[in-house]
Amino acid sequence: MAAIQFTLNGKPQSVDVPSRMPLLWVLRDTLGMTGTKFGCGMALCGACTVHVNGQPIRSCSMPISGVAGKKVTSIEGLSADNSHPVQRAWIEEDVPQCGYCQSGQIMTAAGLLAKTANPTDADIDEAMHGNVCRCGTYQSIRKAVHLAARYQAAANGKVARGDA
Amino acid sequence: MNTTIQKIGRRGFLKAGAATAGGLMLGFYLPESKLQAQNAAGDAKLNAFVHVAPNDSITLFLHKSEMGQGVVTSLSQLLAEELECDWNKVRTQFAGVDRAYGPLQGTFGSMSIRTTWEPLRKAGASAREMLLQAAAQKWNVDASQCRAENNQIINSASNARLSYGSLAEDAAKVPVPAKVTLKDPKQFHLIGTSPKRLDTPAKVCGKAEFGLDVRRPGELYAVVARCPVFEGKVASFDDTKAKAVPGVQQVVRISSGVAVLADNTWSAMEGRRALEIQWDEGRNANLSTAGIRKMFADLAEKPGAVARNDGNAEAALSGAAKKIEAVYEAPYLAHAPMEPMNCTADVRPDSCEVWASTQIQTAAHGTAMKITGLPPEKVQIHTTFLGGGFGRRGGADFVAEAVEISKAAGVPVKLTWSREDDMQHDLYRPASYTRFSAGLDGEGWPVALTSRIVSPAFGGLKDGVSRNAVEGIDDTPYAIAALHVDYHNGDPGIPVTFWRSVGYSQNTFFLESFVDELAAAGGKDPLELRRRLLAKSPRLLGVLELAAEKAGWGKPLAAGRARGIGVNDNIGSFTAQVAEVSVTGGKLRVHRVVCAVDCGHVVNPHIIEQQLQSGIVYGMSAALKGAITIDRGRVQQQNFDHYDVLRIDEMPVVEVYIVPSQEAPGGIGEATTPGTAPAIANAIFAATGKRIRQLPIRTGDLA
Repeated sequence: MAAIQFTLNGKPQSVDVPSRMPLLWVLRDTLGMTGTKFGCGMALCGACTVHVNGQPIRSCSMPISGVAGKKVTSIEGLSADNSHPVQRAWIEEDVPQCGYCQSGQIMTAAGLLAKTANPTDADIDEAMHGNVCRCGTYQSIRKAVHLAARYQAAANGKVARGDA
Repeated sequence: MNTTIQKIGRRGFLKAGAATAGGLMLGFYLPESKLQAQNAAGDAKLNAFVHVAPNDSITLFLHKSEMGQGVVTSLSQLLAEELECDWNKVRTQFAGVDRAYGPLQGTFGSMSIRTTWEPLRKAGASAREMLLQAAAQKWNVDASQCRAENNQIINSASNARLSYGSLAEDAAKVPVPAKVTLKDPKQFHLIGTSPKRLDTPAKVCGKAEFGLDVRRPGELYAVVARCPVFEGKVASFDDTKAKAVPGVQQVVRISSGVAVLADNTWSAMEGRRALEIQWDEGRNANLSTAGIRKMFADLAEKPGAVARNDGNAEAALSGAAKKIEAVYEAPYLAHAPMEPMNCTADVRPDSCEVWASTQIQTAAHGTAMKITGLPPEKVQIHTTFLGGGFGRRGGADFVAEAVEISKAAGVPVKLTWSREDDMQHDLYRPASYTRFSAGLDGEGWPVALTSRIVSPAFGGLKDGVSRNAVEGIDDTPYAIAALHVDYHNGDPGIPVTFWRSVGYSQNTFFLESFVDELAAAGGKDPLELRRRLLAKSPRLLGVLELAAEKAGWGKPLAAGRARGIGVNDNIGSFTAQVAEVSVTGGKLRVHRVVCAVDCGHVVNPHIIEQQLQSGIVYGMSAALKGAITIDRGRVQQQNFDHYDVLRIDEMPVVEVYIVPSQEAPGGIGEATTPGTAPAIANAIFAATGKRIRQLPIRTGDLA
C-alpha cells in the first residue's frame, strides 16, 4: 500500500489506502468530506458525482489509483461561498427538497456548463439523466440549469439562451 | 385545539440542546394527531420550543423531521408570522427526543402543518406578547402603545425601538399570557408567501448533515450480512477470511445477521464479501411472486370482512342493465430513498447516543432502550436531515442494528446499508389484488359497485379490515347508491409498511381506472361521469373542474396524444390530475400533467408546488417502472438497474394550480402520488383503447 497523491479542491493530497478503494469512500471516510454522497455504489444514480480533471465522474466506481496525479473537485471545492453560477441558480430556484442527491446534480450541471455554455433541454437530458432524484426536483433542475447558464454568461459578458 | 405554553428554565434549555442559554425560551405542545389534539389536557407534555436569544436570533426547535417536505421553512413561517421575526434571523434545530416531548414524536401522514397550524402561531403570539410587555415595562408605557415588527418592539408614540435580543432576558420574567389573539388571515404577510427555503444554502454546498454524514471520534464503519430470505437466520458462519481483509477490525453476530466492522465503509463491505455464512432460510424459502399472486386470487373467490356496505349491491347488480367486471393488481414496492438506511450509535455502560435520519424518534428511542436496557433519560436520539423518507424511515430496524453492533463491539459505530441491502431488506409497500364488479342502469350511469380487496394488513385489523389496505376504495366520495367493499388479509410473510400515500397509492389507481371503465361502458365522457358522481363533494368537484379547464379537457390535441383523469382525496387535501400522453411504436411518453389542489389555507405556495410535483414523480416511478418481485424467498431487484425510477429525460411538464381556500390546512406530501397512475393509465386507454389493470405499465401492455 503506497501513498496515492492527487489534487483535491486545489490542494495537494496524499492518502495511504488500498489502491482499489473507491474515491467516494476515500473522500467520505478517510478525509471526512461528506458532501459527496453514497447512493448506489454502481454508478447508477449520480449522487457521488465529482470532477476529475474537469470531467464529471462517479466517485463510487472510481478506484483511488485512477485519480493519482489528477485534479479532483468535490462539491466542497466548487466555491467557498455558494457563489458558483450553478449554486446561485439552485438557491434562486430553491431546487433541493431532501437535498441528498443535489451535490451530485450540481456537480453534473457544473460539468455540463463548463463544456456547453448554452445547453438546450436535450443537452440537459443527456447530461443529467444519470442523476436520480427521488423527490422529483427535475423540473426545477431544468429551470436552474438554464438560469445558471445565464449567470455564467453574465459573468463572462456573454448572452445565453433565454436572454434574447 | 388546546395549546399549552410554558416558560422553560435552565434545565429545559439544556434538554432542548439550546446552543446558548439565556434569553426567552418557551415550550409548547404540538399534538401528533387530531385524536391527541382532542385529548390534550392541561398537563400536556411540551415537545417543541422557541428560543429568543440575546444575540437576536430566533430558534425554533423542531420535533418534525425534514425529509424534503419543507417543515424547516413552513413551520418557521407559522411561528414567525405571529412573532413578527426578521426572516433572516430565524433558525431551526432538530429537537431531541424525550418522554416529555410527547407520546409519539414523528413525521408521517402528511400531518406536520395540520397539527402545528394553530399551536405554532399561538407560541409565536405568546412570545411576541411577552417581548411587548418587557419593552412596555422598560419604557414605562402601556403595552398597547407598542407594536412588534421585524424582530423589534417599536414604541408607536416615540418611535423608539428595542431589538428582540435586547429584550429576551426581561421577557423571560414576564408571565406567559393566558390567552392570545391570533391574526385575521387577511393580515398575514408571511403565511401564504414563499420565502426562500431555510435549508437550501446548506444543501447546495454539501454541508447539510444527513444521517450518513455523522462522524464520531473513534468510530468504526459497519455493514451487516443478512439472510436473503425474509426471517431467515444465521445457521453458522466462518469469519476467518473476512478478518484477513485489510482494515477489518471486528466481526460480531447480531439478531439480523453478521456485522463486519472496519476502518472505513469500503473495507467493511469487502470484509462482508469474504464472510462464509450458512443460512437457515426458514419458512419463506419457497415464496414467489407467482405463488403470492395465486394465493391472492384464491382468497378473492370468497367473501371477506366487510369494510363498507351501502344499499344492496347484490340486488342492484343483478338488476343492472349492464354489468362490468375487472381485476386490478399492484406489486410490492421499495421506497428507495436516495440516502440508504444508516445509523450511528455509541453505546456505553451507562449511556446510549444515536444519530439517525429517522421519521419516528419515539420508535428509535424505544428500540435503543430495549436493546441497551438503559432508562429513557440515558438514551439520546439526535435527528439529522433525512435523505428522503417516504414512510421507510418510520421503521427502527436500522437503529436496532447499529445499537446492537455498538453494544457488542464496545465502540461507536456507523452502520451503512448498501443500496442492495436497502432494496432487499426494505419494509415494502404491500402488493394488492382487487376484483371489481359494477352495474350500469339503462342510461349508462353506475348503480352498484363491489370491490374485494386482497392485500397484507399492517397497523392492525379492525373487524377483520386493515384500514391501510382498503382506504381509497371504501372511503370513496363517489356517490354510488349500492356499494360493497370487503377485504382479505393475504399475508405471505413479506415485511410491509407505510409507503407515500399508503393504501391510496394502489387503491386510487384501481378505483379511478375502473370508474373510467364504467364511463367507457356507459358511453360517458370520463369528466362528465365524475362530475355526476361528485355532485355532493364540492371541494373535489372544484379541483376536477379546475384541472379539466387548465388541461383543456375536450379540446383537440396534437395527433397521437390523449388525456386521462385521476382524482384523489386522502390527507385533508383534494387533488385532480389530467395527464397528457402519447404511445408511439409501443413507447409511452407522458408529456404533461396538470394538477389542481385544494389544500385549505396555503402556508407556502412554492413548497406546495414542489411537493405536488414530487408526488407526481414518485407516482410516475411506481406507475411506469416499480416492481419488487420474489423468487425462492428473495427479492430479485438489487439496485437501480433492476428497480429503475423516473429520470429527468422522462419528466413531463407539470403545472400546478392552487384553489384559494380559507379552510383549515390539509396535508401535502402525499397528495398527488395516488392520482398520477390512473391519470396516465386512463390517458393510455384514450390514446390506444388498451386498458391497464396491472402496475407497472409494461411496454407489452401498449402494443
